[in-house]
Amino acid sequence: MRKIYLSLVALLGASLILSGCERPSFQRDQSGFRGTAMVNVQNPRINADKAKLNELPPSTGPIPGDGPKAADVYKNVKVLGNLSQAQFTTFMVSMTSWVAPQDGCSYCHNVANFAEDAKYTKIVARRMIQMNQNINANWKDHVKETGVTCYTCHRGNNIPQNVWFKEVPQGISGPALGQRNGQNAPAASVAYSSLTNEPFSKYLLQSNPARIQGKEGLPNGNVHSLQETEHVYGLMMHFSKSLGVNCTYCHNSRSFADWSQSTPQRGLAWYAIQMVKDTNNTYMEPLSSTFPAHRLGGLGDVAKANCATCHQGVNKPLYGKSMLADYPYLAKQYSETPKVGTSLAAK
Amino acid sequence: MDYQNLFTQTQVIGPENHGAPINEYDMRERTRGIGFSYLLGKLGNAQLGPIYLGRLGVASLICFMTAFVIIGFNMLAQVGWNPIQMVKQLFWLSLDPPSPKYGLRLAPLSEGGWWNICGLFLTTSILLWWLRTYNRAKALGMGTHVPWAFAAAIWLYLVLGLFRPVLMGSWSEGVPFGIFPHLDWTAALSIRYGNLFYNPFHMLSIFFLYGSVLLFGMHGATILAVGRYGGEREIEQIVDRGTASERAALFWRWTMGFNATMESIHRWAWWFAVLCPISGGIGILLTGTFVDNWYVWAMHHGMVPSYPSTNMIDPSIATPAFTPAIQGAK
Repeated sequence: MRKIYLSLVALLGASLILSGCERPSFQRDQSGFRGTAMVNVQNPRINADKAKLNELPPSTGPIPGDGPKAADVYKNVKVLGNLSQAQFTTFMVSMTSWVAPQDGCSYCHNVANFAEDAKYTKIVARRMIQMNQNINANWKDHVKETGVTCYTCHRGNNIPQNVWFKEVPQGISGPALGQRNGQNAPAASVAYSSLTNEPFSKYLLQSNPARIQGKEGLPNGNVHSLQETEHVYGLMMHFSKSLGVNCTYCHNSRSFADWSQSTPQRGLAWYAIQMVKDTNNTYMEPLSSTFPAHRLGGLGDVAKANCATCHQGVNKPLYGKSMLADYPYLAKQYSETPKVGTSLAAK
Repeated sequence: MDYQNLFTQTQVIGPENHGAPINEYDMRERTRGIGFSYLLGKLGNAQLGPIYLGRLGVASLICFMTAFVIIGFNMLAQVGWNPIQMVKQLFWLSLDPPSPKYGLRLAPLSEGGWWNICGLFLTTSILLWWLRTYNRAKALGMGTHVPWAFAAAIWLYLVLGLFRPVLMGSWSEGVPFGIFPHLDWTAALSIRYGNLFYNPFHMLSIFFLYGSVLLFGMHGATILAVGRYGGEREIEQIVDRGTASERAALFWRWTMGFNATMESIHRWAWWFAVLCPISGGIGILLTGTFVDNWYVWAMHHGMVPSYPSTNMIDPSIATPAFTPAIQGAK
């Protein structure tokens, strides 16, 4: 009897310990030189759960660009005015289904007067179209020819499901107990590690190289702290979680900093950091005063992008399928002076 | 058979054993109550007590409890004094060392000062406990092997939390008091200093760690296997070799040509055990102080092979990083 009781306890204990684990087997693909453990590990069951989210919305097919221009037919068309009327109305319908399928046209427009700029959502949407064009035209180093559309981030939601706000500093009162240092909490943003919960302000808004390892063996002025290392580590956990990949997707873990042992994906990721900084600084932050208070974060800041905003758990958003064939005008550079530091400015 | 062998699962519970009387003072410091537990008997001796408390033991316990309470209340405050959240988030919670800007100065309590105070009490507690193990070993007329083995572990502890932070000039290099946070710290230390696996003292430490496991397994198995011939009477067998010892020795000579003796196997095990934290501590002490990037250092000295380049080039060489007009602009 005691034996049965003990084995029951052991069984319960074992299931408790293993409850956080993923069920084998895994799919493993070698991605580097043999013996270096350069392997991408994927769980087919978790991937199957992601399939629904990454289905493309129905294609409209190419829409003829001839006929009267939108700017001539409608009033107050400030972007995409050179589209044909057919293209313009198709895009408006698509955009509604991508961003506000429940709310319809009235999410952005006063339905009594479509030309009116009364709703903040219309101002934001107009700027987001420009952001789209900027990403597709100027950040090909990251998005290649696949590009992005509203759907890449929105997927049928008014606000993309993965956005971030600046962390509200923790107030410490009384006997000065309980400092969390912005970490040590199970936060989804850093894959439930105890690392810095919000590593984004530092690397995806401000410009700080996420580089902490020295290039020389002996100490020679590399003063990056362990805390800074944990910030970068937290950011990298976010990368890994957002793309559904392990460290070796980009790095050879024997030397994380060494580019000559890294995969080409690491280069794409570097451009991604620059692209997201451009997006957050040039497009999102200036919209802070446009958004109503209930859309803002605790510090009155606007929702901002990180890797998860587009990637949503897969290494290529929407499995790398492009929607630009139906919406070629989203890949056109609109007339704004290229910003210093973008790849366009460098070329 | 069962009762003739000291290595038996039969529990023989005798009268209370108060142990060797040494002197009036040492008898006075022992707790009077002695209990017996069936479950304890499953693991070792069924008798619980007498415990020797002593002044050092009491002082050590007070210091430990102080450190424990400082950590506990900091964690409880972090979850808004909610005990349920404290249990749920326990593995994530932490009492962190100060930020680098404070160097070796005492930071404000809310910014890591508690970490220093907690560390002071914990270290005092551990050192007092060490003195206690030393005194008790002496009082029983034993050798001091146990305290010195304990000292090897304390060496690694002091390197991590005291010696290395002092050499680096910053308490921020110290280890946080938290379950996941100290593991993340370990990974971060390795990443920051270019991969600790390339640190030869880390290699030695792992060698002694795995070596200890191997020796422990070999020795435990050997003695259990010859228990039926009285092999557990190891100490007698050092001077009066019996058939158990003969058989055990012959077994290892047959299988690997060499055998440790009943005496030397314990020295093997002791040295492997203490050299694990000693060599590990040396490795940590050199990290950041004498070597900044162990990977680069090891490659420079040809310790490990290099692999073909992936021909990736740092894109920031050709393309400047995107920098907003005003850093942290609204």
